[in-house]
Amino acid sequence: MKTLSELAPRAPVPEPRDGAGSPRPLRIGSFSRLWLPRRAVILVVLVAVLLLAAGISLATGDYPVPLFSVPDVLLGGGDPLDRFTILQLRAPRTAIGVLVGVALGFAGALTQTVTRNPIASPDILGVSAGAGVGALTVIVLGSNTIVGTVVAVPAAALAGGLIAAVLVYTLAWRGGVDGFRLILVGIAINAVLVALTTWMLAGARIAQATEATVWLTGSLEGRTWEQFWPVTVAVGLFSALSIVVVRSLPALMLGDDSAAALGVRVGASKTVLLIIAVGLTAFSVSAAGPIGFVAFVAPQIALRVTGAAAPPLLISALMGACLVTASDLIARTLLPSPLPVGIVTTAIGGPFLIYLIIRTNRRAAA
Amino acid sequence: MTEPSSPLVARDITLGYGRSSIIDGLNVSIPAGSVTTIIGPNGCGKSTLLRGFGRLLRTREGEILLHGAPIDGMRTRDIARRVAILPQAPSAPEGLTVAELVSRGRHPHQSWARQWSSDDEAEIGAALALTGMTHLAGRPIDELSGGQRQRAWIAMTLAQGTEILLLDEPTTYLDLAHAVDVLDLVDRLNDELGRTVLMVLHDLNLAARYSDRIIVMKEGRVVTVGTPQETITVEMLREVFGLSATVMIDDESGAPTVIPHSTRRATRIPVD
Ligand SMILES: Nc1ncnc2c1ncn2[C@@H]1O[C@H](COP(=O)(O)OP(=O)(O)OP(=O)(O)O)[C@@H](O)[C@H]1O
Ligand SMILES: [Mg+2]
Repeated sequence: MKTLSELAPRAPVPEPRDGAGSPRPLRIGSFSRLWLPRRAVILVVLVAVLLLAAGISLATGDYPVPLFSVPDVLLGGGDPLDRFTILQLRAPRTAIGVLVGVALGFAGALTQTVTRNPIASPDILGVSAGAGVGALTVIVLGSNTIVGTVVAVPAAALAGGLIAAVLVYTLAWRGGVDGFRLILVGIAINAVLVALTTWMLAGARIAQATEATVWLTGSLEGRTWEQFWPVTVAVGLFSALSIVVVRSLPALMLGDDSAAALGVRVGASKTVLLIIAVGLTAFSVSAAGPIGFVAFVAPQIALRVTGAAAPPLLISALMGACLVTASDLIARTLLPSPLPVGIVTTAIGGPFLIYLIIRTNRRAAA
Repeated sequence: MTEPSSPLVARDITLGYGRSSIIDGLNVSIPAGSVTTIIGPNGCGKSTLLRGFGRLLRTREGEILLHGAPIDGMRTRDIARRVAILPQAPSAPEGLTVAELVSRGRHPHQSWARQWSSDDEAEIGAALALTGMTHLAGRPIDELSGGQRQRAWIAMTLAQGTEILLLDEPTTYLDLAHAVDVLDLVDRLNDELGRTVLMVLHDLNLAARYSDRIIVMKEGRVVTVGTPQETITVEMLREVFGLSATVMIDDESGAPTVIPHSTRRATRIPVD
């Protein structure tokens, strides 16, 4: 069949987006991509910031280790006391923080893009709270075994998160899901789940209740390698699964009809993408509790620094990791008494949510 | 009814939303290499029929055949490589640029490895040039005028590079000159590249000028199908649109031209 280019041969190549650096084609054999230099720069900067924050996090504590000896320890050197402090006491906390941030940033970017709504994030729509209720059930029932930590808590969190997601989606469904109704239903379900949590805590024994309360604000305190593995496996599996399905995102951004017209199986793609998002959120909750607002804020910052139309996935994930690691560092060191990381992220995320709602309202009114 | 050279055939199709049927037992076939236009009053089911042809809406009964094969069992991607559809009211996310939107049109031709081939680039460039959007390529869609936005979406549909184009009201929002530009482009695509076009238009005069065939619809049914001369008549306008009008034949093109009778204005007492 004849192509369009026959009507307009040598048509000029599309101009780059304003101020974004010039996109260039990258072609190796049959592999091709549009290469966006500015995104690459942002990516490199974020990796550098993350490495630095993680390094400081590993070096800081009651027994300070000089920052420059951290790489040495990680590569297998250093003195025994430093090695023990960093690898056994601090590394799990830092590593879980990074992974949880990656999971939350990625999950938020997926849900915000699929629903075409910045406020539709797993932490606002009750998915985190659902996972929290699931995990809490196991914690309150008593799970001080390795099997409990490695299997039961993550499984219960996943079940809770999925149930909450299905509930929100079903209640918001009316021949399609309208963004505004989704948010109202999500916020309502979130409130119900938070109330359920309080009720469960009231019934729990004192010791468990104290442990659970800290955990519920989202905490990296006292994390061990046992909590690290489930998130690691989950992040690995879900990212692998997403490599194939994320290709439909650019089309899904244009709405269901246009996406279907471009050959995307809309129902199936959306379902898989949302399951990935719920799964990542649930596993991060099982490892560190519901760390508030990271899934919502990280993609929104990524969106603003890149100037893209939807949050870029990789940058959102790295942004999430930076946010959690930096917030944990602030919670541990800068504040007068050490606080759970969730308090810091909520303090950043809450005002941002209010700002976004006000701006959306203004736009709708205009 | 079914001609062998029809790339698209609707056979006894029923289409609807929720519990209600909008179109019930409709038959129509679109000739290969033609420009066919659906006309009819608001809400008569034109968009619904077009969405059925693009399988954005599945038929409840009957079947739609694409080159003789029922589209119901086809892979979405295979349909998207052969049929492009411009929905009536598409919406782009805030901040998406024209070039980014148009490049989405290449989606059905891309794979995980191949996402920006030189073919993709050439087709996107050509689609932008043909719709006169090259100079706006870097601009966000939400900062464009209604007509510019419309042309950006048309460019995306063209970049899809399909043999069949389904266009739902491609000229709404366009001033008359741009409407004529877009329809001239449709005509070129049909004439020079052999594309089959099925579109919905509200402007009967433009429909008459640019179509080989007209499908007249009313309340979910096809009233008549034929050339503009056969279909756009005083009787049809009265029966289908409830409009009293004179139909003249344009000397230059031979196409019927509709001049509506002013029911009120003509009898008004002039104000001085
Ligand atoms: N998504 C929908 N859900 C329910 N009913 C719908 C939907 N879309 C259209 N309808 C109904 O189907 C009927 C036909 O609508 P359709 O959009 O096909 O009309 P149309 O001929 O394209 O009208 P217009 O000229 O105004 O675009 C209308 O009565 C409309 O109310
Ligand atoms: Mg319509």
